[in-house]
Amino acid sequence: MRRLNPSLVAGAVIVGIIVVMALVSFVWTPYDATFVDPSIRLAKPSWEHWFGTDKFGRDVLSQIMVGSRTTLFVGVVAVGVAAVIGVPLGILSAMVRRWPSEFIMRANDLLLAFPALLLAIMFGAVFGASTLTAMIAIGIASVPSFARVIRSGALQVMRTEYVLAARAAGRQPWPIAVRHVLPNVTSLITVQASVSFAIAVLAEAALSFLGFGTPPPTPSWGRMLQESQEFLFSAPRLAIFPGVAIAIAVLGFNLLGDGLRDRFDPKLEDRR
Amino acid sequence: MSDVLSVRGLNVTVRDKTLVSDVDLTVGPGERVGLIGESGSGKSLTALSILGLLPEDVVASGSVRLTGVDHELIGADERRMSRVRGRELAMVFQEPMTALNPTMRIGDQVAEAMLIHRTRSGRGAARAAAVELLERVQLPVDVMRAYPHQLSGGQRQRIVLALALANDPALLICDEPTTALDVTVQALVLDLIVKGVVARSSALLFITHDLAVVATVCERVLVMYGGRVVESGPVAEVFTNPRHRYTQGLLAASDLETADRRLPTIPGNVPPAGQFPTGCVFRTRCHHATETCTTTPPWSGPPTQGYACHHPAGVAHAAGRSDGDAHG
Amino acid sequence: MVLRLIERTGVLLVSLAVSSVLVFAFMAVLPGDPARVALGVNASDQAVAELRRQFGLDRPLTTQYVDWLGGLLHGDLGTSYVSKAEIGPQVFDRLQVTLWLVVAGMIIALLVAVPAGTVMAARHRKVSGLALSTVSQLGVAVPAFLAGILLIMVFAVKLGWLPANGWTPPAQDPAMFLKQLILPALALGLVQGAVLTRYVRSAVLDVLREDYLRTARAKGLRPFPALWRHGLRNAAVPVVTVLGLQLATLLIGAVVVERVFVIPGLGSLLLDGVSNRDLLLVQDVVMVLVIAVLLVNFLVDLLYVALDPRLRVGSR
Repeated sequence: MRRLNPSLVAGAVIVGIIVVMALVSFVWTPYDATFVDPSIRLAKPSWEHWFGTDKFGRDVLSQIMVGSRTTLFVGVVAVGVAAVIGVPLGILSAMVRRWPSEFIMRANDLLLAFPALLLAIMFGAVFGASTLTAMIAIGIASVPSFARVIRSGALQVMRTEYVLAARAAGRQPWPIAVRHVLPNVTSLITVQASVSFAIAVLAEAALSFLGFGTPPPTPSWGRMLQESQEFLFSAPRLAIFPGVAIAIAVLGFNLLGDGLRDRFDPKLEDRR
Repeated sequence: MSDVLSVRGLNVTVRDKTLVSDVDLTVGPGERVGLIGESGSGKSLTALSILGLLPEDVVASGSVRLTGVDHELIGADERRMSRVRGRELAMVFQEPMTALNPTMRIGDQVAEAMLIHRTRSGRGAARAAAVELLERVQLPVDVMRAYPHQLSGGQRQRIVLALALANDPALLICDEPTTALDVTVQALVLDLIVKGVVARSSALLFITHDLAVVATVCERVLVMYGGRVVESGPVAEVFTNPRHRYTQGLLAASDLETADRRLPTIPGNVPPAGQFPTGCVFRTRCHHATETCTTTPPWSGPPTQGYACHHPAGVAHAAGRSDGDAHG
Repeated sequence: MVLRLIERTGVLLVSLAVSSVLVFAFMAVLPGDPARVALGVNASDQAVAELRRQFGLDRPLTTQYVDWLGGLLHGDLGTSYVSKAEIGPQVFDRLQVTLWLVVAGMIIALLVAVPAGTVMAARHRKVSGLALSTVSQLGVAVPAFLAGILLIMVFAVKLGWLPANGWTPPAQDPAMFLKQLILPALALGLVQGAVLTRYVRSAVLDVLREDYLRTARAKGLRPFPALWRHGLRNAAVPVVTVLGLQLATLLIGAVVVERVFVIPGLGSLLLDGVSNRDLLLVQDVVMVLVIAVLLVNFLVDLLYVALDPRLRVGSR
């Protein structure tokens, strides 16, 4: 049986590489990513600097490595926030009666009108731009997707016979939720987490590009892209490296999400 | 009179598994022929092969000829087949609830059948004809403007029947048309099918697992098991004097008159598709199987009436029909 | 059906109201004093107080809210604390620019996604289908601003065919307007197109499996005409649902693309407002964006009902 489909493998490999890169960057990078050396600014790739240097003379490869930390960090926290709020919300809305459930869902839909970027800009305006505000904003913006997906999964579980039996036997709702619903939606959570991670990476990159994300001097792929804009004529490579990094990261998480989805629901195999 | 449908040596395979082997089948003009078999016998695949609508990876070989069509149907290209389907050859499938386009009005869907093949002079004529077709299946004219979700299963199946018969096909194939319907509606739909084909002098190939339906609707019957035709003949003959052991088992299992005994069953299970035994396909479940049965039994009798069995019932036995074969 | 329309309109109105409260409350939380920010740190307390009175900042929050909301409903967006200019006309001008961009982007996205998705579905087990699938995965992974930068690199820098940035109103110089519109619209549209393609593919695949398509073939329709006549309308339903969500993403994506291509749209107005701490401006622009998103979703809902007769209550 095709349990290990190409998407899953490719996604896992890519994500794995990024994680390893981030971990390694804590211990070693070719150079200090924040070290400024105007004498070697805008250097072309060479044996000393594999990816060259940027306009301040900082080593690009080191920046990419350290930047992966930011990317992963933001992703983890954002997805964490989204899951911690969205999963209980989804389960709750599946378990309560009509009116409260409808209300939760409408509120959820309303949140959809505030995409991640908009929320982050608003947060940034009010609280000042930083990694923290970015993470929280992206997390909140990702709550609706989690809530929706978990809700429909929970509804399905609620309809199964053993849950109906438990309810008929008079069991209280919360133990049912924890013992029956939660384990069955973990696969949904994993898939959604992967997809939301990809979105978070994109959002963080966009925010850093706009100047609302991680402030300097901490390296960030999005900001690297923004800094590269003035050199599109002379040194396009400065845009390519962070750009490719962002694209590969997003691709990796998307593939992982698709692969996980296929793994957990083989019926949908053909729909990838 | 030449046959309306003539199938010779039909084989259907998927990758390396054989699902249907060596099927010969004919339907004469105006004849109503039944094709009986359980799930996995290959009867639906046979029908789909005739129509050229087999799923991907599933390949048919052999010969299928239809009256009025000058080319071989097996392997014919889409262009040619689409001219045949819905015109000389029509089909009614099993599941009425999903057979119609949910976003299109009934009237448009029925009229389309005629507009595709330009069998009426224009849109107006097609719509008028659609009204008449619906009338013939006892549906009122306001159904024309309705959408499928507003109608019941029985009504939808009647509509499917109406559009299948729209262009007076030479052959109508029905694949379990009433199985998904309520019992009360079944009789109506069956009646309409028979009336429909008789009125047009069309031939009918009726596929089902229900012996009672075959007995009411058909004149001739073929029995399929394991992808092969194991017996065929006039309904009355096959149902009273079955020759093949499988047919015998089937009839005994449907015999509801023996209230005192347990319902007889055929031991074992139908093997999964493509994993039929070599030689006689039924030998793994047959009490009369012997060494000879490892070779494929030849067809005894003329093509339209006969059986493929090394140890048939009612032949070469001293005292009439052997019994005690259907074990409870 | 009418009931549904009323219900949907009700939801829209409530959503608008609640959003306005949320946006206002959020902005009101801001630490610091807009008047002081406007006048500078060295301003006297008296001047600050005077300005506060002028802007109506000394009134209770609820009054301010009602005033603001009332103004919005009349199209009066107030006067900026910072620039002293009327906000309404600025927003109106910039909105048009952003709309051009978003509409062009959406058209490109549809032009890409519908054929690509359909082909991918029709050939989903063949090599060409898988190849297209891979390409669309890549498309999804590239953020719009990256696409913009890449497009500039290729078409403006290397080939010099199109300008790298800037904006001319269509009335002024149609040719230049179009030339400047192409790259940013492509940046937005191609990326969104990649995302949309996967939904189209999924929708078409679902339709291909449906029994009514088999009925259509049995009637004598060839595969493509069958898909076109019977599949399209059914496949459109899930795709249209996504379109609504996509528009929200497009609007926001436009914000970033406007930065890349230096286009004076709503996005850059918003960003400028944030840098200048021009709070009323930010509040107004955010509200306008939210209104746009909610309106679009409302319209999509109506379209939904028009497409799928099963959603029309009150039939037999």
